[in-house]
Amino acid sequence: CQKDLDQTPKYEPTPDKVYVNLAAYKSVLGKLYGGFALTSLGGANGDSDIKGIDGGTGNYLRQLWSAQELTTDEAVVAWNDPGIQDWHNMNWDANNPLLRGLYNRAYYEISLCNELIRESSDDKLTSRLPSGDVAEAKRYRAEARFLRAVSYMHVIDLFGGGPFVTEANEVGVAAPPYNTRQQLYAFVESELLALKSELAPARGNEFGRVDQAAASGMLARLYLNAEVYSGTPQYAKAATEAQAVINSGYSLVTQASSASSAYGRNFLADNNLAPASNEIIWSILLDATRTTTYGGTTFLVNGSTNGASAGWQRYVGQTTGWGGMRATRALFDKFFLLGADTTVDRRGRFWTRGQTLEINDQSQFTQGVGVTKYRNINSDGSLIVGSQNFSSVDFPMLRLSDMMLIYAEAAARGAAARATGLEYVNKVRRRAFGLNINAPSAAADITDAQMTTDFILDERARELHWEAQRRTDLVRHGKFTSASYLWPWKGGVAAGRAVGDFRNLFPLPTSDLTANPNLKQNTGY
Amino acid sequence: QAQTGTISGRVTDGKNEGIPGATVLIEGTSLGSSSNVDGTYSIQNVPAGPQTVVISFVGYNSVRRPVTVVAGQNAEVSASLAENTTQLSEAVVVGYGTQRRQDITGAVATVDSRQFVQGQVTNSDQLIQGKVAGVSITTSGGAPGAPSTVRIRGNSSLNANSDPLYVIDGVPVDKNEIKGVSNPLTLINPSDIETFTVLKDASATAIYGNRASGGVILITTKRGLKGEKLRVELNSQLGVSTVARRYESLSAGEFRDLVTANGAPAQIATLGTANTNWQNEIFRTAATYDNTVSLIGSVAKVPFRVSYGNLYQEGIVITNKLKRNTGSISLSPMLLDDHLRIDINAKGSVLDNRFANYDQIGIAAFFDPTQPVRASEAQFGRYGGYFQFLGPTGGPLGNAPGNPVAALNNVNDISTVKRLIGNVQFDYKVHGVDGLRANLNLGLDISRSKGSKDISPADFGGYNKDAPNNPGLNGSYTQSSVQDKDMNLLEAYLAYGKQFGGTKFDIQGGYAYQTFVDQGPNFLTYRSNRTTLVNPDAKLTVPGFYNKYVLVSYFSRATVNVQDKYLLTATLRNDRTSRFRNGYNSGWFPALGLAWRVKGESFLKDNTTISELKLRAGYGRTGQQEIGGAYDTQPRYALGNSEAQYLFGNAATGFIVGPLGYNAVLTWETTNTLNAGLDLGFLDNRLTATVDVYERKASDLLVEVNVPAGSNLVNRLNANQGTLRNRGIELGLNYGVIRSENLNWDVNLNGAYNVNKITSLGLQDASFPGVQLGDIGGGTGNQIQIRSVGFPTDAFYVRQQVYGPDGRPVEGVYVDRNGNGTTTDDFYRYKQPSPLVTLGFSSNVTYKKLFLAFTLRSNLGNYVYNANAADRGTYANAQASTLFVNNLSPDVRNTGFTRQQLFSDYYVQNASFLRCQNISLGYNVGKVLGASSLRITGNVQNPFIITKYKGVEPEINGGIDRNFYPVARTYTLGIALGI
Repeated sequence: CQKDLDQTPKYEPTPDKVYVNLAAYKSVLGKLYGGFALTSLGGANGDSDIKGIDGGTGNYLRQLWSAQELTTDEAVVAWNDPGIQDWHNMNWDANNPLLRGLYNRAYYEISLCNELIRESSDDKLTSRLPSGDVAEAKRYRAEARFLRAVSYMHVIDLFGGGPFVTEANEVGVAAPPYNTRQQLYAFVESELLALKSELAPARGNEFGRVDQAAASGMLARLYLNAEVYSGTPQYAKAATEAQAVINSGYSLVTQASSASSAYGRNFLADNNLAPASNEIIWSILLDATRTTTYGGTTFLVNGSTNGASAGWQRYVGQTTGWGGMRATRALFDKFFLLGADTTVDRRGRFWTRGQTLEINDQSQFTQGVGVTKYRNINSDGSLIVGSQNFSSVDFPMLRLSDMMLIYAEAAARGAAARATGLEYVNKVRRRAFGLNINAPSAAADITDAQMTTDFILDERARELHWEAQRRTDLVRHGKFTSASYLWPWKGGVAAGRAVGDFRNLFPLPTSDLTANPNLKQNTGY
Repeated sequence: QAQTGTISGRVTDGKNEGIPGATVLIEGTSLGSSSNVDGTYSIQNVPAGPQTVVISFVGYNSVRRPVTVVAGQNAEVSASLAENTTQLSEAVVVGYGTQRRQDITGAVATVDSRQFVQGQVTNSDQLIQGKVAGVSITTSGGAPGAPSTVRIRGNSSLNANSDPLYVIDGVPVDKNEIKGVSNPLTLINPSDIETFTVLKDASATAIYGNRASGGVILITTKRGLKGEKLRVELNSQLGVSTVARRYESLSAGEFRDLVTANGAPAQIATLGTANTNWQNEIFRTAATYDNTVSLIGSVAKVPFRVSYGNLYQEGIVITNKLKRNTGSISLSPMLLDDHLRIDINAKGSVLDNRFANYDQIGIAAFFDPTQPVRASEAQFGRYGGYFQFLGPTGGPLGNAPGNPVAALNNVNDISTVKRLIGNVQFDYKVHGVDGLRANLNLGLDISRSKGSKDISPADFGGYNKDAPNNPGLNGSYTQSSVQDKDMNLLEAYLAYGKQFGGTKFDIQGGYAYQTFVDQGPNFLTYRSNRTTLVNPDAKLTVPGFYNKYVLVSYFSRATVNVQDKYLLTATLRNDRTSRFRNGYNSGWFPALGLAWRVKGESFLKDNTTISELKLRAGYGRTGQQEIGGAYDTQPRYALGNSEAQYLFGNAATGFIVGPLGYNAVLTWETTNTLNAGLDLGFLDNRLTATVDVYERKASDLLVEVNVPAGSNLVNRLNANQGTLRNRGIELGLNYGVIRSENLNWDVNLNGAYNVNKITSLGLQDASFPGVQLGDIGGGTGNQIQIRSVGFPTDAFYVRQQVYGPDGRPVEGVYVDRNGNGTTTDDFYRYKQPSPLVTLGFSSNVTYKKLFLAFTLRSNLGNYVYNANAADRGTYANAQASTLFVNNLSPDVRNTGFTRQQLFSDYYVQNASFLRCQNISLGYNVGKVLGASSLRITGNVQNPFIITKYKGVEPEINGGIDRNFYPVARTYTLGIALGI
């Protein structure tokens, strides 16, 4: 009877029963990629991977987006969920449940990646798989390292330093050591540099999985912010990596469709297909019936409409408006610079009917302009099949125009060729204006003199707004906390105000400070 | 020669055994006698003519019998006396055996069928509600079969199961949920139960070590007696229930005026012209029938009892109902010259439930009262003619609540559950070895449940925008709760007792092996046509669920009784569970109880005032392993379902697999209990009192903790961390206030005071306030309670409201408790939901054939968060959207709040109460029309409650008043017929 005390699960396989073939390795890889999209193994309504926060709320993309956008001029939110108003009011503290959720998501992803890397050691691969499959499995391992590097980059960007765990750490409850921001930066840099050769060649991987261009793209972003992260600027390296991506075979979408501008096709339900898939280097995949979540782009589509307007609902392709996010006029106004407006610059897609431009009360959805960037419809205007409660829009994590603007910013900072940078900016703008990207345009083009770092920051807002980059951009330009740039309700007052510079970093959650005595809280918290 | 005769007879107890020493008097004369050892008596020289014989004995109800004495003849008057109070000599069921009450060294309370709460009781645990000091039984509302939360001496754990262990006729039954039944005890017919024995302290419970941290409740069912004449008992009850308290909400007129005065034009435009009281629409007067017939007797020396019960109970919320058929059989043959006793018990039940979604109760409280229940306009046709808030295209309006009447009628959420609890117990007095006994107990507890949820095509929530007019493709059907549970038990022990002079030793040792299997298939959700999947490419990645765990135990006990004065009980148990891994799975649970029975000392022996005086002290350790799943300590992976795919390469499918978190070093939580008690009896135990003081310290608490980020495959895991303490005092009092021939009055008073406190949570960062819990509405993720060191397990975590000179709360203004100039961080821990004091008072009066009984209960110091008022008591609620408006809680008039102030301590309200549990009035008709006895009873359940609390119910486990199913007031008429 003592033997009966060793019970093993019937339906939940143990690791030795999981990794039996290449397909099994790939299904775990799907969980790793899905870590950014999904909240559970049961889809939108399953038990959340992350405990202590509502499943949908704790979605990786949803909280990453919130940390990067709700804290800035690009977005406010109407809801009353605990901690959610702290984002825009910039008064978050170390007990904020949403920050805790985001932090836990990032480290959950790191742990998942470590697990697959650990189970993919050369020894294990050769003993478990036919020799013909080992090379492909090693590629999975490289992709796991890439995803881990991305999550560590989020830690670096949002929290500075943090716990450091790799595949060398056993699964348990022991407290990992603390690494500083510089240490994590060095780790991520070395990983991405190595992955530039270990991943599939650019455009040589299956859709949805990353290639060498993605590694270069992430490196470009790491180097762009190197001064903030490590204290040493690396704009020239950023330009080099961006250039590598630009040369790698990806191309801007230049063809408008019946329902969308060329630019807008990057944010539609069929953006998993060409031409959008030629511009997007890596996206988080979502599907209204097969990859469901109350976070992800479902949050971006449903959260930014309120259901009061049938026209608006039809335009963005959903039936359940949650009445949450809108933009402040600071974003809206950026489309009216240099003689442009939202009819000329087709990136500025806002819903204004029934909305006010000014915000007196952030909790009123009708105050602030609606953003209709993400639309759960296909390029030809048809609705997606199945439930309109979930979105099929994939979320672009790396996009070619971002790389072009990174190069331009490096050029504006004197670390890359200005003429090349200017040409990249203008291509991006010509596309935005619906013009031939290779033909100079008086309306769209800027001059060399106009290509300042401030201009690039604004251009990034126009091109990349609501793509979860804004906070990082503002921090890099010294405008996130300072009085040099104010937006409505910055710091919780209508006119905007400066907040302490320590808010350039979020605090480590107190829950982890309690669990892990090795950690060091960021200054100011 | 005087005209006299004799009267003789036998005085017996309920078991047909003679009562020696009973007093027999001839009323109005000085003639009398007392009974002999075998219960017989004889009185000579009784004057001829009509006489009345009065037979009485301490602890039993007196009997009066008229008789006509004929000169020179003998008249026989025999009587069977019924016990009236718990007696010292009574055998009390303890773990693995019985003991005389006077020999018990632990804190043990017994309630038998005569003291049960009367009237309509569906769930067996409610039979002893308010009857035992320190046992708090809180029902989760008025739904038929609603679960109760039973806590013996407070919460003993944080995340692990704090429920007591139920042992039914020697079978420790599964503590965990059976799908499709809200409460496993619903499957036992209360009419079959004879006694409850509550083991409260560790010296009593430690023999059940592994699952005894929440206390143990031993349930014994009724059985036949040797030589008993065959009799039939019929119990029948007819009840009518109504809702006792409702949620407060504005009337249609008040609401219309309020929105018209304050709303935006678009909101005013949404108002309808109807006057609907939505709570009237969902509540109803509900009927209940409950019948039990039992056959008791003895055939060929085999005592038996068989019973059949049939219950039909409607809920006070429309559509909600429960049907139960129960059957039980018990046989107790004695073989081998009475050396071998075999007890065979089987209890089977079939339960049919139709559940109501509790959320609809909350929705009814705030649904716009100006809208009609039904509407004839064409656009409502597809919704079955029910009014609904519709969007511009005729589909459901996003975020709007659905019509609660429609929702209740449209959803058919049903289950059928069958359960069988049975055992065969062999007790063999070994031939040739005096005092040696061998006992073997084989038991099982199996259940089969099946449930399904059918959502009508006309339902608001079941709308399919791709085929709105094809009924078969709207709505949905899921088989939801198919589950097979199997518990198997084998217990065997040897017991040996020997007496040396005045000293008696008993020792026993045994082994127990118990397995639990919980399994069933998984299902997909179909459209109403039951062939089209709601999610067209859904497939079952995991065919089902399966959990098995095993407990292996060794137990032993020794008792010593020195001259009925000095008593000792020592137990030791070793348990191993398959939940934990090798090296962590073994737990040792020792206990020691000592008692000094002062009454046995020479100086008290002959004292007639003090009939019992015993001092008790005990110390022991119990264990807890009931947490999480069966395999939580092992590395394992889980398969993603159809909604959690990841589509690489735009493939049609992309199923995923992910690792799960685990804690390999999880081990037993242990609770050490120190208990001291005093048992007192006066005047032949007409007045008995029991006082206990205790301290329970749980350590290595099984609790979900934040694991260091990155260290595991999940952010929170069950681990052993922290300590928890309960301290308290209990008092129980039974008093036969009046004892006379015609009038008897018994009262029971019990009270308990318990303070619960978390004493440690392991290493804590100073800035970490604690793990929050207690979901409330008003946004996603709001929680109102917290676990912190130095506070009760579920203290409220709120902000301190500032009040204006008019006594009204000032909106959004809170006390700056830490004086840092801002109040955003000024949350504090305030009160708790568990009562500090629980009181129970029962009274039983019999006057001749009439009897009146009632039970009162009171909780003091319990607080409830009035979530309904907090969520709905704001003007913003009537201004929330542009296309529909919600009703308000009238509490908005007290606060004037324009926005939700969810965390104001204003909403944490004192919910102390005094509740009348039931009143019953009955009449013993006696022999009538060939029946040997007939009793008629009228009963009111929950006739009144006195409380300052304004929400729907002050007695809420967990302390959050939100979508609560109100408690019913039930009027019952019952008859009990014996043939």
